Amino acid sequence: MKNKYSIFSLIKNAFSGHENWQRAWRDATPKKEYDAIIIGGGGHGLATAYYLARKHKMSNIAVVEKGWIGGGNTGRNTTIIRSNYLWDASAGLYDHALKLWEGLSQELNYNIMFSQRGVMNLAHNLQDVRDLKRRTHANRLNGIDAVWLNTEDVKKFCPIINTSPNIRYPVLGGTLQKRAGTARHDAVAWGYARGADQMGVDIIQNCEVKGIKRNGDRVEGIETTKGFIKTNKIGVVAAGHSSVIANMVGMRLPLESKPLQALVSEPVKPIIDTVVMSNAVHAYVSQSDKGELVIGAGTDSYISYTQKGSHNVVEETLRAILELYPIFSRMKMLRQWGGIVDICPDASPIISKTQIKGLYFNCGWGTGGFKATPGSGDLFAHTIANDEPHKLNASFNLNRFVSGDLVDEHGAAAVAH
Amino acid sequence: MFLINCPYCGERDQSEFSCGGEAHIERPKQPTELSDDQWAEYLFMRKNIKGIQFERWNHIHGCRKWFNIVRDTSNDKIHAVYKMGERPPVK
Repeated sequence: MKNKYSIFSLIKNAFSGHENWQRAWRDATPKKEYDAIIIGGGGHGLATAYYLARKHKMSNIAVVEKGWIGGGNTGRNTTIIRSNYLWDASAGLYDHALKLWEGLSQELNYNIMFSQRGVMNLAHNLQDVRDLKRRTHANRLNGIDAVWLNTEDVKKFCPIINTSPNIRYPVLGGTLQKRAGTARHDAVAWGYARGADQMGVDIIQNCEVKGIKRNGDRVEGIETTKGFIKTNKIGVVAAGHSSVIANMVGMRLPLESKPLQALVSEPVKPIIDTVVMSNAVHAYVSQSDKGELVIGAGTDSYISYTQKGSHNVVEETLRAILELYPIFSRMKMLRQWGGIVDICPDASPIISKTQIKGLYFNCGWGTGGFKATPGSGDLFAHTIANDEPHKLNASFNLNRFVSGDLVDEHGAAAVAH
Repeated sequence: MFLINCPYCGERDQSEFSCGGEAHIERPKQPTELSDDQWAEYLFMRKNIKGIQFERWNHIHGCRKWFNIVRDTSNDKIHAVYKMGERPPVK
């Protein structure tokens, strides 16, 4: 690997005042033709390109991104990684990703700041307790670490939580996945971009796809703001804008795109060393290495592409946060933003071929796609290269909405996604 | 976040309303004769438009009546509001 990052390169560059670091990826201009084109330069798209090049030896490929890489949901999420999903198909998918996360900094030679600080999911009522215990058992049967904590254990693990029985939604217990945690979201995009670029992948930013050229039942290329690019394999990883791309070939997808919000506080000293999620009151919080509280709110109830979101959604989340963590009552919030998430009716993703030859979709990650980034890229690359799904993403095909074989995590997982 | 002009109550905050999704999806007239593909289209597939969309809303914390609106999903601007059963305004 050229320009390998190491302690030695750090020392060497220190002597020149860190002014001679090479750029991490080229600013590519589109060639006339590629073996495959990935639409969408977020984490999932860049990971797809990376694994296409590394595992499937396809280096004549491009990633086209309408803005800048990692500027969409990759840079807007709350960076939570976990794999404690209920159903076997989901457990397989998300734990595949978690295993890749565990070696990703080394693999990419890029510090993605992966921190296995644990994710705790709280139960606030009897049904939560039953659901979460069931999920703990299901996780263990699938080889995923999970433990049930009673209220005292919750308090011991995260002392700032208000476990008083007198609050509106008392903490009756929770589950803990210790291998879960967080990673630096921007670094994930940059690390994959650098890795893909070094294997010859062209990363083309500020290049919006305007149309898809078809010849009968197969694709021939894409029309972009930088001209026509020929290819016979297109992988669409456009998150909230997946339906917009699908409309270009007259396809409809089972997706609704909605704003999802997050916010961060002013930075403070370390106060919470894990991730705590509470689905019943819709509040989840962790602390970034800079010291900001990172708080995830809910989605708006209507379709919108505005990347803003409503105030009442934030208010609802903060109300719950304040009851669970009275210590935060005087914190000031610094920034709030929204990202457009593409939600499937069963809250599970789509990593699938389509009826059009050479057109593949990786979408529907809804509110929880970040955690799957490496696994999603790996499996989507497999699907594109072999024109067949990997066994881990076979259940996540588009045809499940016809057959009825849904992966219904919405109703069953009792977790915020 | 925006204001919605309820055809029965007047202008209110969006948080008083609940969105019922894409409008004018017709329930199949002969459900028993539908193929699986047609059921999938009816139940799950959506236009999910970025731009002008026709959608149903319910004034859930007000008069609780359903009605339709025409909204641009790229900027949340509402172009028209019309009652259930009325013909949608032409674009």
